[in-house]
Amino acid sequence: MLAKRIIPCLDIKDGRTVKGINFVNLRDAGDPVELGALYSAQGADELVFLDITATHEKRKTMAALAREISRRLSIPFTIGGGISSVEDAGAMLDAGADKVSVNSAAVRNPNLLEELALAFGSQFVVLAVDAKLIDGQWWVHLNGGRIPTERQLVPWVKEAESRGAGEILFTSMNHDGAKTGFAIDATAQVSEAVRIPVIASGGAGTMEHFYDVFTAGKADAGLAASIFHFREIGIPDLKDYLKTKGIVIR
Amino acid sequence: MIAIIDYNAGNVQSVLFAMERLGVQAVLTADHETIRRADKVIFPGVGEASTTMAHLRKTGLDQLIKSLTQPVLGICLGMQLLCRHSEENDTPCLNIIPQEARRFQPVKGEKVPHMGWNSLKIRNNDLFTPDQEGQYVYFVHSYYVEDGPFTTVLSDYILPFSAAIQKDNFFATQFHPEKSGPVGEKILRQFLNL
Repeated sequence: MLAKRIIPCLDIKDGRTVKGINFVNLRDAGDPVELGALYSAQGADELVFLDITATHEKRKTMAALAREISRRLSIPFTIGGGISSVEDAGAMLDAGADKVSVNSAAVRNPNLLEELALAFGSQFVVLAVDAKLIDGQWWVHLNGGRIPTERQLVPWVKEAESRGAGEILFTSMNHDGAKTGFAIDATAQVSEAVRIPVIASGGAGTMEHFYDVFTAGKADAGLAASIFHFREIGIPDLKDYLKTKGIVIR
Repeated sequence: MIAIIDYNAGNVQSVLFAMERLGVQAVLTADHETIRRADKVIFPGVGEASTTMAHLRKTGLDQLIKSLTQPVLGICLGMQLLCRHSEENDTPCLNIIPQEARRFQPVKGEKVPHMGWNSLKIRNNDLFTPDQEGQYVYFVHSYYVEDGPFTTVLSDYILPFSAAIQKDNFFATQFHPEKSGPVGEKILRQFLNL
């Protein structure tokens, strides 16, 4: 049976991993390649590297870093942050990345999804979406959550799928950093709306939260950062726990 | 010397790095003579079947691959192209291994592509060892090779499908051994030791 995936996310700034509460107050949590190798050895199923400041600073991402990750690690990884063209994405593919994630650039130019899928295949294209619950509606936000848009979560992920996205990485801005659990209802809505895998992100604080997002939340993968970086939850312990609860885990 | 066939497939860098981690010399090449003389040949693959087959025919790599006598390892699309035919844009393939590549048809809302880690069910074969039964490897694919006489390893998603096939010196995996952690590295090492 296909296993549910545990994905540590390494937010990158200036070549170092960072993770803040609700995307501000950044804290330094180490070297991304070293940390990635550690997570791989501990049983992480996949890794996501996001340059969270890239879009804001108009900075292109990190082919050199992608290359070093690919050289060192034997598990799949996604790289994102500021990827806004076929050329940006192609440089990541050439460096050995398995997937790229696009976020703000896809909202501003949805044709980008079609262009990327045509050039590299849908399996290479992850649509990352940051959404915030405001008066009962989930609104898509840009630039690491700084800029609200007129788009709502579920219609946007459906459109992204139809345009060629191969996977959805959904982050709840309301839950991110709060450690009170994933946005279960919204994750289930996203997962039911599309026929591509969904990675849930934002809010993991306990091992039970992963169980909840894999069952009630219908997520294919659970992503977290600080609880892994600061060793609040060990990946081997988390995977053992989920196995005893009957979740299919590698 | 290991030759990795260069035909503009996606993510060949990962296969090159996997060889580097295993400490073996590998070259990415489309040169017929280099491929013919290699000890082992890897036929990687991320891409679309009909475009790739057209490229192989145009460059004569289709006939070259068929003529190889050393161990060859097809990976992912490389495995499907070794087969007779793929449903992906109704593409006649190399027909080295007479099986069919079909598109996954969800029956209970399962997601396609089949993406992630899935477990292996080993049959008698020359590449895998019995202790690899139940181990997890990484898959990303929307088309699968049906179970058949040359299926050596099964996995299960929607239905039992070929995780690996073999005919004579032609071996292939649907999963990505280069992305499957220590389990995948061991499988690559076993191939290199054939």
